Amino acid sequence: MKEESLPTRRDFIKTATVVAGITIAPGILLHTLSPVIANPQGKPLDQPVSSQVRWGMLIDTSKCHNGCTECVNACKLEHGLTEQVRPEVAPQWIRKVGLRDKQTGKEYSLPVLCQHCEYPPCADVCPTGASFRRADGIVLVDRHLCIGCRYCMMACPYKARSFVHETLTEQKPHTPRGKGTVEGCNFCVYRVDHGQRPACVEACTQAGYQAMWFGDLNNPDSEISQKLKEVHSTTLRSDMRLNPGVRYQGI
Amino acid sequence: MKHAISYHTIEGKSSHFYGLLGTTVFFIILGLLSAYQMEHHGHIISGMSNQIVWGMPHIFAIFLILAASGVLNVASISSVFRKTFYHPLARLSGLLAITLLMGGLSVLVLDLGRPDRMIVAMTSYNFKSIFAWNIFLYNGFILIVATYLWFMMERRMEKYYPIAGLIAFLWRLMLTTGTGSIFGFLVAREAYNTAILAPLFIAMSLALGLAVFLIFLILDCRETDCPLGEGILHRPKLLLGIFVGAVFYFVLAYHLTNLYITGRHGIEYFILVGGGIYTWLFWVGYLIIGTISPLFLLYCRRFNQSRSSVLIASLLVIIGGFSLLYLIIIGGQAYPLEIFPGMEVISSSFSDAAKVHIYIPSVWEIMLGMSGIAIAVLLTLFALKILPFLPRSLADADVGQEFMD
Repeated sequence: MKEESLPTRRDFIKTATVVAGITIAPGILLHTLSPVIANPQGKPLDQPVSSQVRWGMLIDTSKCHNGCTECVNACKLEHGLTEQVRPEVAPQWIRKVGLRDKQTGKEYSLPVLCQHCEYPPCADVCPTGASFRRADGIVLVDRHLCIGCRYCMMACPYKARSFVHETLTEQKPHTPRGKGTVEGCNFCVYRVDHGQRPACVEACTQAGYQAMWFGDLNNPDSEISQKLKEVHSTTLRSDMRLNPGVRYQGI
Repeated sequence: MKHAISYHTIEGKSSHFYGLLGTTVFFIILGLLSAYQMEHHGHIISGMSNQIVWGMPHIFAIFLILAASGVLNVASISSVFRKTFYHPLARLSGLLAITLLMGGLSVLVLDLGRPDRMIVAMTSYNFKSIFAWNIFLYNGFILIVATYLWFMMERRMEKYYPIAGLIAFLWRLMLTTGTGSIFGFLVAREAYNTAILAPLFIAMSLALGLAVFLIFLILDCRETDCPLGEGILHRPKLLLGIFVGAVFYFVLAYHLTNLYITGRHGIEYFILVGGGIYTWLFWVGYLIIGTISPLFLLYCRRFNQSRSSVLIASLLVIIGGFSLLYLIIIGGQAYPLEIFPGMEVISSSFSDAAKVHIYIPSVWEIMLGMSGIAIAVLLTLFALKILPFLPRSLADADVGQEFMD
């Protein structure tokens, strides 16, 4: 009868080292490289956001097509805003508005969303601090702190916030929402943190309109900063001096 | 000889007592049912929306909060302004201040989208928010008035009673300033964004509080067979007229200021001329029913000697107050925000082109609001049953000459 040979201690250590190396190495590699791969524009994902960046948007109304709702549809799809309810209680993170100049009669079409103000009235009035402005300029609602008082909705000059009026189903994992809390455009913050653009901007670009530009307003070399240097742009209700992060060209 | 004021508890065995008790419990159950329905189904069952975000529950809640701070005025006149004439009524005034505030806060809390997160509201504060300040002001008010009542009722603490009264008086002024500022600080809406809302709310609280107090006093004396002298009623009823006049003064100043500012002509036209229900509420609800009629009843010699006139005048002041609150709270939201100055909105999926945002209160909201009043009444009945808040007699002779200062 053949005697079964047991591995030596040296063999065991060799095998264990190889197995451990194969198991751990990809993780270490990914951990090291992932911020570079996944977030070519922004900060490493394990670092806090910085006020050196200010995310902003430029909307070129001359290219925004009347009747087009690509940005609105993309937002609904991205965040699961699918409730079939009457318009007054439906979530309105972004909406298309048609305008006519009272003096000249010229017509415009543009999307209205949270303007991500530098001095957001919604954050000022929120009693619990659930509404807040991130260091990089994105205005968000902490769903765990929101008590559903709706004071932020009273304070917002742009009607950019919605209250969740009913039980939700089929929520998206990246956009947790909650009945009885307030919500609004978050600039697709999880996409931005991964170096992507908000869904509405992507949709507008893919549809070929190129009416929405997104980027770092603090970076003079960013595409949006370059464009803002070239064109005349304005903000909605600029008289309120809230310094919104969303600017409009052509109105 | 100095008359000692004698106080008593109510017996609480009459059929009227049990009838009132049953009615309040019924309305509280309806309110709790409404809160449960809104929690379960969401606010979609209410008439509120993303356009009209505050509705009927807020009108009831703010009415009760204003009345709570105003009703304390009777005690304040006694201890701060040393008008001893009001002294026998001070305990009842303090009690109603606490119970009305509790009723109002209950409605406010039960209307929240997440009433289960009260612990968050109590532990996480943004001190830039006037709403957060109000949480302190409301809780502090209950604590201060409870202490004030204790000093009032406890002989050993009597020497501290005037200072407690002064603190309570100053606190109530801050509280109502805070409540008015909830709207005054809303810079985006044309109907708000003005400091005058703070003194307007103070004046409203004085009028509503005294009206509620007079109704309660007259009905309570009738039910408990407590004699109530005409002399005792004479001064508060004249004071009510002054408070109604003060509210009118601030309303007038508010509208004249808006009429002067060209940019606000739109909101003024909406309220005074073309606002439908809101215009009707201003002219008929507030001005004719809530201001001119009670002033007529309180100052016209032909009527002002009748106790029924005081009762009716107080009721009319409350109707006027509700009308004005509805106009301020709902009307201020129904008038569209001006997001695009100089532009006419020709299309929008979110009613940006609307001339007025529609609001139809649901029965759930009214049930919730009514339950706030029921909570205040139930708490008052409970307190009257266990502690001596009511003077045995308020007959002119019993109250004594020294109170007729």
